[in-house]
Amino acid sequence: MHKELSQKSDYNLQVSPISKGEYMMAKMIKETEHPLYRKSNKMRMERFGKGLTFLSVALAAAITAAILFLVFSKGLSTFIMNDGSVKDFFTGTTWNPAEVNSLGKPIIGALPFLVGSLAVTGISALLSAPLAIGAAIFMSEIAPKTGKRIMQPVIELLVGIPSVVYGFIGLTVVVPFLRDLFPGSGFGIAAGTIVLSVMILPTVTSLALDAIQAVPRSLREASLALGSTRWQMICEVVLKTAKPGLMMAVIFGMARAFGEALAVQMVIGNAAVIPHSLFEPASTLTSILTMGMGYTVMGQIENNALWSLALVLLLMSLFFTITVRMIGKGKSS
Amino acid sequence: MSAKSKDQLATAGLYVIVGVIITVLAGLLGFVFVKGLPQISWQFITSPPQIFQEGGGVGPQLFNSFYLLVLTLIISVPIAIGAGIYLAEYAKDHWVIRCIRVLIEVLSSLPSIVVGLFGFLFFVLYMGWGFSILSGAFALSVFNLPLLVRVVEQSISSVPKSQREAGWALGFSKWETIITVILPAALPGIVTGVILASGRVFGEAAALIYTAGMSTPIIDFTNWNPLSPTSPLNPFRPAETMAVHIWKINGEGIMPDAAAISDGAAALLIISILFFNFASRIIGNLMFKKMSAN
Repeated sequence: MHKELSQKSDYNLQVSPISKGEYMMAKMIKETEHPLYRKSNKMRMERFGKGLTFLSVALAAAITAAILFLVFSKGLSTFIMNDGSVKDFFTGTTWNPAEVNSLGKPIIGALPFLVGSLAVTGISALLSAPLAIGAAIFMSEIAPKTGKRIMQPVIELLVGIPSVVYGFIGLTVVVPFLRDLFPGSGFGIAAGTIVLSVMILPTVTSLALDAIQAVPRSLREASLALGSTRWQMICEVVLKTAKPGLMMAVIFGMARAFGEALAVQMVIGNAAVIPHSLFEPASTLTSILTMGMGYTVMGQIENNALWSLALVLLLMSLFFTITVRMIGKGKSS
Repeated sequence: MSAKSKDQLATAGLYVIVGVIITVLAGLLGFVFVKGLPQISWQFITSPPQIFQEGGGVGPQLFNSFYLLVLTLIISVPIAIGAGIYLAEYAKDHWVIRCIRVLIEVLSSLPSIVVGLFGFLFFVLYMGWGFSILSGAFALSVFNLPLLVRVVEQSISSVPKSQREAGWALGFSKWETIITVILPAALPGIVTGVILASGRVFGEAAALIYTAGMSTPIIDFTNWNPLSPTSPLNPFRPAETMAVHIWKINGEGIMPDAAAISDGAAALLIISILFFNFASRIIGNLMFKKMSAN
């Protein structure tokens, strides 16, 4: 076919005398016009499909970039436009952004919220991690049949229960219970912690179970063959091998607890002070954001200060993500 | 203590832990159902809420929850399928792709209140949609997207390589193979994942309070013209969902039966989540049976 084509073009070119260079050019154009050189429909579809799917990926990434950009620019404007002091923000204990202190700087002491958020996250992780890991061991090592048939579906269902429902139960059960047992109104870090630890328990259990089940069976058999008891096998082999995965599970739970807004806001009491006990009203970053955003006007210092809290929230969630990634990398290498 | 008695002690300890967990979780579900189920009646599901009196329902809230869910899926599923296909089939180990993967991971770990605030700033104020179903649906799509992308990518990656090779051997291009061979094979996994994600969207409240708003105007369920302000389908009206309703009436509800209504609404939410869970299993299995040869 190729030969036929070039012969044909030779014939055509003999009629009108042109230079050798022009002849070569004409030949090249002719050849690229040949059906074999033309882009096929398939190729066009391939390009189209690849481009379309890449656009969706780029869109997802662009949304994240937009969120990061907006929260950073809004959150930093408290310190840049409104002359807030970063030191006051992290160490001050009074939150009243509408007023200025003796130095003429807005009063933006966010320490009570930071303390509240860190306290509920830390304590609920301490409470739920042993329970969740214990349950995961039980489901995988002690009673795998009941674990797989009954407990796993129930736990997976509980992962999906809306956080508002946890908050509502906290409000109607946990808060009155604490009010009867301890002095105070029952609202406070203790109530928030109990609600959050129950809320993250299914998530952490389910992830911890994945980590434990990923330990190869041969390692267990080797340990038992050496004469160790089941508990020795669990402690020395299973838990040690699954440690990075278990840590990832707990950090995932902490990230969820730290970012949870409504369930905590319903039971913590929302007082912008550092509480003296676990049973006094306190507040977290998320609870003050939820409460305050509707009552402030965009662009004003009160609103910008809230965005600074959102920025802290975002930075913490980035920190959790990075930690999980680092652990994951260490595990795979 | 001998190793043997240690083993027995530890086993007993694990039984205690599991007992505690089962008690707490069963108590939680039992509490919601025992208090909530008696509240649920046809009247409760269909009638609008009352502000000062007893006897209000959650009809508009229930409708809003489903309507928002449908719009969210319409927006997020196509994007997620595209992104999942690209990441599973086309993406090479390039620094741009690595960056994009990290960004999507960051998006999935963002607290939902931050997504809600972004939605407030961008959709409600900047785009000028106000507190509306449209703003809410877009905010929920942002919240839902990273999870769906992961689901699609995993389902597509788990299709065996031999299926791809079979497609290529038939002279299909890569794109044709994806559309005609791989996507159908991955569909049961994708559908299961989408329905499970729906449960998460259905119960989400923090991303909605500043996007879809905390009120529902009087809507007329006989008016199905999407442009009319009283129509339930109008995407520019504010819409309070079930989850937001539970949160709101517990904070500032002044109706005398706020607790009873929250009980009923909480039970209704959990029943919906249960429904999504079962539906995902059943539909996933059915599709798998229909798609696979045996």
